[in-house]
Amino acid sequence: MAKIQVQTTINGEQLDFLCDGQQSLLSALRDELGLTGTKEGCSTGDCGACSITLDGQLVPACLVLAAEAEGREIGTVEGVAQGSGLHPIQRKFLEHAALQCGVCTPGLIVATRALLLKNPNPTEAEARYYLAGNLCRCTGYDKIIKAVLDAAASMRGESA
Amino acid sequence: MAKVIFTGGLRALTGDESVELEAARVVDLVAALYARYPALAGKLEGATVAIDGTLHHDARFQTLRPASEVHFLAPLAGG
Amino acid sequence: MSNPKSDGGERKYKVVGTRPIRHDGLDKVTGRANYGADLALPGMLHGAILRSPHAHARIKKIDVSKALAMPGVKAIVTGADFPEIGSGGMAAGESHIDPKDLQANIMARGKALYHGHAIAAVAATSVEQAREACKMIAVDYEVLKPVLSLEQALAKDAPILHEGRKAVGVPPLPEGDTNIMMRLANAKGDVDAAFKTADVVVEGWYEASMAHQGYIEPHATVVTTRENGQAEIWCSTQGPFAVKSMVAVTLQLDPNLIRVTPSEIGGGFGGKTTIYLEPVALLLSQKARRPVKMVMSREEVFRATGPTSGTRIWAKLGVKKDGSFVAADTRMEFEAGAFAGSPMGAATMTVFASYNFPNFRLEGLDIVVNKPKVAAYRAPGAPNAAYAIETVIDEAAEKLGMDPIELRLKNAVKEGDVASYGPKFDRIGFVECLQAAKNHPHYKAPLGKNQGRGVGAGFWFNVGLQSSATVSINDDGSAVVRTGNPDIGGSRASMAITVAEEIGIPVERVRPLVGDTDTVGYCDLTGGSRVTYATGMAVIEASKIVIEHLRARAATIWGCEVDAVEWRDGQAIGTNGASDNKPLTVADIAKQMGHTGGPIIASASVNPPAAGPGFGVHICDVEVDPETGRTTVARYTVVQDAGKAVHPSYVEGQLQGGAAQGIGWALWEEYLFDKDGKMENPGFLDYRMPVASDLPMIDTVVVEVPNPLHPYGVRGVGETPIVPPLATVGNAVSRAIGVRMHQLPMTPPRVLDAIETKKG
Repeated sequence: MAKIQVQTTINGEQLDFLCDGQQSLLSALRDELGLTGTKEGCSTGDCGACSITLDGQLVPACLVLAAEAEGREIGTVEGVAQGSGLHPIQRKFLEHAALQCGVCTPGLIVATRALLLKNPNPTEAEARYYLAGNLCRCTGYDKIIKAVLDAAASMRGESA
Repeated sequence: MAKVIFTGGLRALTGDESVELEAARVVDLVAALYARYPALAGKLEGATVAIDGTLHHDARFQTLRPASEVHFLAPLAGG
Repeated sequence: MSNPKSDGGERKYKVVGTRPIRHDGLDKVTGRANYGADLALPGMLHGAILRSPHAHARIKKIDVSKALAMPGVKAIVTGADFPEIGSGGMAAGESHIDPKDLQANIMARGKALYHGHAIAAVAATSVEQAREACKMIAVDYEVLKPVLSLEQALAKDAPILHEGRKAVGVPPLPEGDTNIMMRLANAKGDVDAAFKTADVVVEGWYEASMAHQGYIEPHATVVTTRENGQAEIWCSTQGPFAVKSMVAVTLQLDPNLIRVTPSEIGGGFGGKTTIYLEPVALLLSQKARRPVKMVMSREEVFRATGPTSGTRIWAKLGVKKDGSFVAADTRMEFEAGAFAGSPMGAATMTVFASYNFPNFRLEGLDIVVNKPKVAAYRAPGAPNAAYAIETVIDEAAEKLGMDPIELRLKNAVKEGDVASYGPKFDRIGFVECLQAAKNHPHYKAPLGKNQGRGVGAGFWFNVGLQSSATVSINDDGSAVVRTGNPDIGGSRASMAITVAEEIGIPVERVRPLVGDTDTVGYCDLTGGSRVTYATGMAVIEASKIVIEHLRARAATIWGCEVDAVEWRDGQAIGTNGASDNKPLTVADIAKQMGHTGGPIIASASVNPPAAGPGFGVHICDVEVDPETGRTTVARYTVVQDAGKAVHPSYVEGQLQGGAAQGIGWALWEEYLFDKDGKMENPGFLDYRMPVASDLPMIDTVVVEVPNPLHPYGVRGVGETPIVPPLATVGNAVSRAIGVRMHQLPMTPPRVLDAIETKKG
C-alpha cells in the first residue's frame, strides 16, 4: 500500500514523515519519528497518556490519524522544556513528587501546559475537571493537583 | 525444647495444638516434626516461619532458643 | 542474618526523612524514560496473540497453514510448541503457582478457560500483519458451558474446569471433581458458646467484584534470541529475576541462558509479578531468528491479565455491651479465575489480625471460574477480608451506640498480643494510628446534609525477602548504588538517601541504578512493600563496608592504624595519635584511590524477616444524592504507621494512591461479563477508574512507630493503604443513607435500590 507523505511542525521543528492511511498519529510519533515520550495506555482516547497538542488543541494522539497532521503544529512532551532548563510545570511535578511510576506524566504535563495557557489561574476544581481525561493510577491525583496549582502560581510570578 | 504451635491445616494434619521438640535449628525442628508426624512430610517446605513473633521467609538455618515459640505459616509475598 | 535493632527513633538523621528530587524524575518529566513499549531493535518483528472467543471450550484442532502463508508472517506458535511440564510447587508468595498452570495460562493447552485466553501467536513484520494473520488461524472449538460465578462454580452439577484435579487443604474436602481448589480453616476457642454470651451479634454477606490493578502501561516485551540458546528479555516487570525463573520453567530452559533487563515500569500493583508475553515472544524469536516485540492492547490487559478476585464473604461478630469482642466467624469464597491460586490464604491470615478475638473460626475457599486467572493486587486478599470484618464492626458500633474508633481501640492488637494467624506481635502502631485518627480535625468536623462518615482499618504483613546491593565510589567522591528492583514509585530516591545518610555525602552525589539480572545480585520482586525495607537494608550493609574501605584508605594515607580513624559526618577523622591529620572527605580519599589500593566498591545481600506489620486507619466522608444514588467522596484522610518515612513525599504518595484505588473499587470499578463469559467493559471508558475530578485531596498522617527489625525503623508502606477503603467508603455510604450496603461497587443503581428498599 502506498505511503502518505505528511509535512508537519513538531515542537517547533519542521518534519516530514511517511505513514499508512490507517496509522494513528501516536504510532507515527512513536514508531516513525522515535518520539516515545508520548505513551500508549489504551488507544481508545480514554487514558490521556498520549496527550499532545494539535495547533494548540489538547488531543489524544491515538485518536488522530497521522495523515490528519498535514500542515499542523504538533506539541509533545519532548518540546515542553525550554533551552537547557525545565518548564515550571515539569519542575513543580518533581518538587511535589507528583509522579510515582511516571508513565502518565508526559501526558499530564502536556495537558497541564494546555490548561494553563487557557486558564493561568485555575481553581482546584477547574484543574481537576480539565485533567479528568488523564488517568493516573499511582498518586490519587493529590500531589498532581498541588503541582499544577503551584506551577500556575509560579508562571504567574506569584511563587518560586 | 522449642514449642511448635499448630493452627488451621497443620492442626488438622497433626491432630495436636502444639508440640515441644528438641531442636537447635529450624531445619532440625522440621526433621523432628516429619519424624513425629508422617502426615506432615514435605508440607513445611517454603513456609514462612515465625520464631518468637518474627516472620522469616527462609528460616532453614535459623537457630532456636530453648524456649522458642515457632509457627509455620503460608508463604507471603504481597503485590 | 542478624536482626539489626532499630535506633528507636533516637538517631538524628541528616538525609533520611528529607524530600530530595527523585533521581529518575528528570527523564520521567521530559519523556526520555524508556518503558516496556519504548524499545525498538533493528530487524525487529511484531507479535500478536489470537485469543479464545469462548470462556470455556475444548480446543480440538488448530490449523495455522493459511496464516503462515500470509505476507510478512515469519513465525507462529501454539500450545504445542511449549514443552510438557509436570505439576509441582514453585515459590510465588501467597498465590502459589503451579508451573503447569502458569504455562497453560500463557498459552492454552487442550482447553480455553476464559474469554481472551491465548490460543496462538504470530510474529510478522508489522503489528497489522500479525493481527491479520491471527484472523486466518482456524481453530476448531467444542464450546463448553462456562462457570461465571461462585454460585455456579459451587453448584452440584457445575461444569468442571480442571477434570481430575482434587481439592487440597484442610478437611473436610469435596470428593471427586470440583471447582474448589483449596480449602483452609482455622479456629480458636468455642465460637458457638461464645456467641451466646454476646450482647450484640451482627452478621452479613459482603460481595466485592473482580477488579483490575489498572496500571496505565500495558504489558510489553522485546525478546532477542541467539543460536547458542541465549535469550535477552526486555520487559516491564516488578521482578526481572522472577521473569527469568518463570520463563526458564515454562520453557524448560537453562536459566543461565536468560538475561532479563527491566524497562521503566508504568505501574504494576502486583499485576506485573507474573508473566504473559515473554515466553511467547521468546519462542517466536527462536523460530524467526529475529527480535520480537509484543505489546498488549488495553483490551487484552483487561481480558487476559490478572485482575484480583471477586469475593463473597460472610462475617459474623459478637460483642459485649462494653464493646469487647467475644467471637467472630467467617466464610470467604474467592474467585481464582481459570487456575487455582487466589489470595484466599492471605485473607484468612489478615481477616482477624487487627483485633483480639478470644474466639474465632474461619473458612476460606479458592474457587476456579471461567474468568482470567487472578494475579497479586496490592495486599492481595486483605481488602476483601477487611471489607467484611470492618463492616460488621461498624454495624456493631452503631448497634452499641459506640464511637467506631473507640470500639476498635477497645479491641486493637498491640505489642505482645497473639496475632490471629499465630505468633505474637512485636512493636506495632495500630493503637497510635487509631488515636491519631480520633484526634484528627477531620474526625470532628461537622457533616452536611446527605453526608455520612465512615471509618475503617487495615493490616498487612509486609515482607522482607532477598535483596542485594552494590555501592561504589567514583574518583570525584560521588557514589553509585545498584540494585535489581525496578523503581515503581520512587525507590531510587530511597536507595540514594540511604547511601547519603550512611556515608555522609549529598544525596545528589549518589546515582541510583536499577540493573539487569546479569549485572546485579539477586533481588526478589518489587512488591510486598519490601524495597525500601529489605533492599534498603542491603544498601545500608554495602555502605557500611564502603565506610570500612574509606577508613582503611585514610589510614594508609596517614600511615596510622585503621583503629585510629573514625568515620563521622562523611569524613575520616584521626584519633589516638592520628588526630593531627586534617579530616579527609570522601572526595579527598577518592582522589587517591589508585594509590591506596584501587577502586572502592562493596556489595551486600540480605534475607531479612518480614518487614514488621503495617496498620492503617482511614476516615471518609461521602455525600449521597438521594435522587440518583450517586456517591461523592467529600473528604478523605489516611493515617498509617510507616515506621520511619525515608522519603516522606513518596510515603504520602503510597497512602494516597492506595486509598484512591480502594475508593475506585468501592464505588465504580467492576468486571462485567455477559452470559457467555465475555467481559463487557474491557476499556477505561466502562471500567471506571477514579479520575482527577472524582476525588478530593487525600490528607495523610504518617505515624512513625519504629520497626525493631530495621536500623532506621522502616516499615513497608505500599500495600496497607488499599486495605481499609472498601469498608471505610462502605461504612460512610451506609451511614449517609441509613441502610447497610452489602455489595461493591456501590454504583448509583445499587445505592438507589438500597434507599428505595429502606423506604419500603
